[in-house]
Amino acid sequence: MSDHNIDNHHEEHEHHKDSFLSKYVFSMDHKMIARQFLITGIIMGTIGMLMSMIFRLQLAYPDMTFPFLEGIIGHWGKDGKLDPNFYLALITIHGTIMVFYVLTAGLSGTFSNLLIPLQVGARDMASPFMNMLSYWFFFASSCVLLFSLFVDGGPASAGWTVYPPLSALPKAIPGSGTGMTLWLVAMILFIASALLGGINYIATILNMRTKGMKMTRLPLTIWAFLVTAILGLLSFPVLLGGSLLLVFDRSFGTSFYLSEIVAEFAGGIERTGGSPILFQHLFWFLGHPEVYIILLPALGITSEVIATNARKPIFGYRAMIGSILAIGVLSFIVWGHHMFITGMNPFLGSVFMLGTLIIAVPSAVKTFNYLATLWQGNLKLTPAMMFAIGLVSFFISGGLTGIYLGNAALDINLHDTYFVVAHFHLVMGSAAIFGMMAGIYHWYPKLFGRMMNETAGHIHFWLTIISAYCVFFPMHFLGLAGVPRRYYANTAYDQFDVFVDMNQFITIAALLGGLAQLIFLVNFFYNIFKGKRSPQNPWDSNTLEWTAPVEHFHGNWIGEIPHVYRWAYDYSKPGAEQDFIPQNVPDEGQTDCMEEAVGLPAIGNHAASAEA
Amino acid sequence: MATNTLSTEKKFNWGGGKSPFSVSYGKLMMWIFLLSDAFTFSSLLIAYGFIRYSFQSPIHNLVVKPFDHLSHDFVQEMVEKTKYFVQDHWPSPELVFNHFPFIHGMHLPLFFVSLMTFILILSSVTMVLAVEAGHRNAKSEVSKYMLMTIIGGAMFLGCQAWEWTTFIGEGARLFGNPYGPRSFAALFFIVTGFHGFHVFSGVVLNVIIYINVLKGTYEKRGHYEMVEKVGLYWHFVDLVWVFVFTFFYLI
Repeated sequence: MSDHNIDNHHEEHEHHKDSFLSKYVFSMDHKMIARQFLITGIIMGTIGMLMSMIFRLQLAYPDMTFPFLEGIIGHWGKDGKLDPNFYLALITIHGTIMVFYVLTAGLSGTFSNLLIPLQVGARDMASPFMNMLSYWFFFASSCVLLFSLFVDGGPASAGWTVYPPLSALPKAIPGSGTGMTLWLVAMILFIASALLGGINYIATILNMRTKGMKMTRLPLTIWAFLVTAILGLLSFPVLLGGSLLLVFDRSFGTSFYLSEIVAEFAGGIERTGGSPILFQHLFWFLGHPEVYIILLPALGITSEVIATNARKPIFGYRAMIGSILAIGVLSFIVWGHHMFITGMNPFLGSVFMLGTLIIAVPSAVKTFNYLATLWQGNLKLTPAMMFAIGLVSFFISGGLTGIYLGNAALDINLHDTYFVVAHFHLVMGSAAIFGMMAGIYHWYPKLFGRMMNETAGHIHFWLTIISAYCVFFPMHFLGLAGVPRRYYANTAYDQFDVFVDMNQFITIAALLGGLAQLIFLVNFFYNIFKGKRSPQNPWDSNTLEWTAPVEHFHGNWIGEIPHVYRWAYDYSKPGAEQDFIPQNVPDEGQTDCMEEAVGLPAIGNHAASAEA
Repeated sequence: MATNTLSTEKKFNWGGGKSPFSVSYGKLMMWIFLLSDAFTFSSLLIAYGFIRYSFQSPIHNLVVKPFDHLSHDFVQEMVEKTKYFVQDHWPSPELVFNHFPFIHGMHLPLFFVSLMTFILILSSVTMVLAVEAGHRNAKSEVSKYMLMTIIGGAMFLGCQAWEWTTFIGEGARLFGNPYGPRSFAALFFIVTGFHGFHVFSGVVLNVIIYINVLKGTYEKRGHYEMVEKVGLYWHFVDLVWVFVFTFFYLI
């Protein structure tokens, strides 16, 4: 019965007329929705990056004036001096945009939408209508967040974690007013978008795989998107609950997050009985899985890009799946490591510490598997491959400092310093952005039917990775010396004067890194219209999306959906004519292909037969 | 290898080309949504637990027995006579929720909320019957039981409206209440309100499906799966109420 339903459902959606509105705006085609997510994400990312440029200028040159600021941000930059309140707003909105709008919706929204139906062999998502709704909730949410930049008092300024009391008392700081309310509205819209998307992704992956596409034949991208969607589905509702209580605290006089200390601090208001720590628990129950919601799609994309461009089967396919699942499970039981200094019971702290450090194990499995896949590969250094290798580099260098921060005793010293900023910008920010870039360069032909310029891609890569390391690596030293994050200026503290030069170096590197993104933006938008037409399978890849025609139409494949006979990583198979065998090529030697998926490199035939 | 010991049937189920759970994607999506909604309710209930247990437990009621006569102003009398509503103790729910429509001046602990719960559970029973009738494609029976479910849901909402009105009438507000800690009433309003919102949406969905049943939409389609899907939602809302009832009223 269910098969029958699925078929009916597709026929309904294949034959609809394409007016401009239904094709480009209210499109229900997953490929168009992916493009919408990507372009919205790139626009939001550009805004978030420009914000970081402004506050980096302030940090490097706290005593100088920049008359052009008044032209850009109006009264917030009066006489060329950045307003301290607006500095707080900038770091808050920069964090919110980057974490949620670029790296959650922009990354997983784009590639889950594009790749899930194409790689599992489905004509579209389970519910194309909900998929469209998911994009438009995201779009509305982006608009509300950007609108909050223009309200009285400025946008939310309590940091991207919006801790009470700054977020709970509308009169605490200028940004606690309307801006904060709009932040919460934007977030609730965003959660609705994430849930609609997530439900769709999971249902599509589980229910709509084509014939022969066993779970153990799925490309690792799909496994990463599946676990990402599950994480989002289970953690965003908790933020919804937490935000709901925060809305009531702000607007209806309840006191869930307001305690006696806060009430006294705020001028003896009658608001007692709650606890700001409650919000931190609810927030980080989302906040920590959120880190993996950001990172896992990037890791999945990297697996695919590295295997394709190394012309080798991915090393340890099952171990990769296992590590994705392990990271997914562990991410739910470690949120307390963000709260070591809230006065939690030291025993509880050590439990959270243990869980946190265990995450190093699956992370190391992934890292070594990437390296083993690259080892002795026939590397094709396309821009996508460069960015994927860049991700591995950031994942290692940023991941190592996670071991320091996960240690409860060390964290007391490092908490809220630039060491934390350096850590998460490397392992979550840069790594995920590099994964996203790898994905864009790799699947651009699929998204737009044209090729990007490779030389420009290489220049973009080298400038970006050099500037990213120059920006974030020195921050470790700032943090170890105790320089606190979120401060408008450190001029009041003599002991930080030695870091003035380093701050200027970071800012210059950041500005250069920002300029380098112009190359990408031009490369991206120019080639949508003028790029070289792409062949159907430009990277000689195995996965199903490259068996679909270059031209987009609703339904993905002309005629029957291809059946799958093998896993996605049959590269350089001995005895094969080509160095790749797409998944839809029937396997003559075997009737049951379960053995192929054990994760051994296909060149190790002896080992495989020995095990069998 | 361990994977080769899987039964052939199981391999076939997960081999692609069909749903591994033998359910349609729509029903699967409803299950996934309910899982995520369960986490929303959990977050609210955990917040409730977190705040409630930062206060001392309710003082055990030894003075007022069920069916005792009290003056017209319940709260006043409770505060004066029993001294059980104080700022640092969570109030005992049986002393707060002891009203019944049309009966004045009598201590009836949790009688009314038990009735509400009973009505909601009955509506779940009729929903089961509607789904079962749907499997037999018995249109008239489906519509009969759907109607009964809608009536049950509406009655529950009515009861909740009465309960809220009484509670507010006694001075309970989001920012404070006469029973003790100021979060008590706020949490009550938010959690039962959030649940009530779910019941309301459920009733609306049920009405839509009921109209479709009457119009014969599902008869033409050949199956009543939509009834099953709203049925899942309805049972979930019921299940959540069991937890809300336990945490807010019983303990």
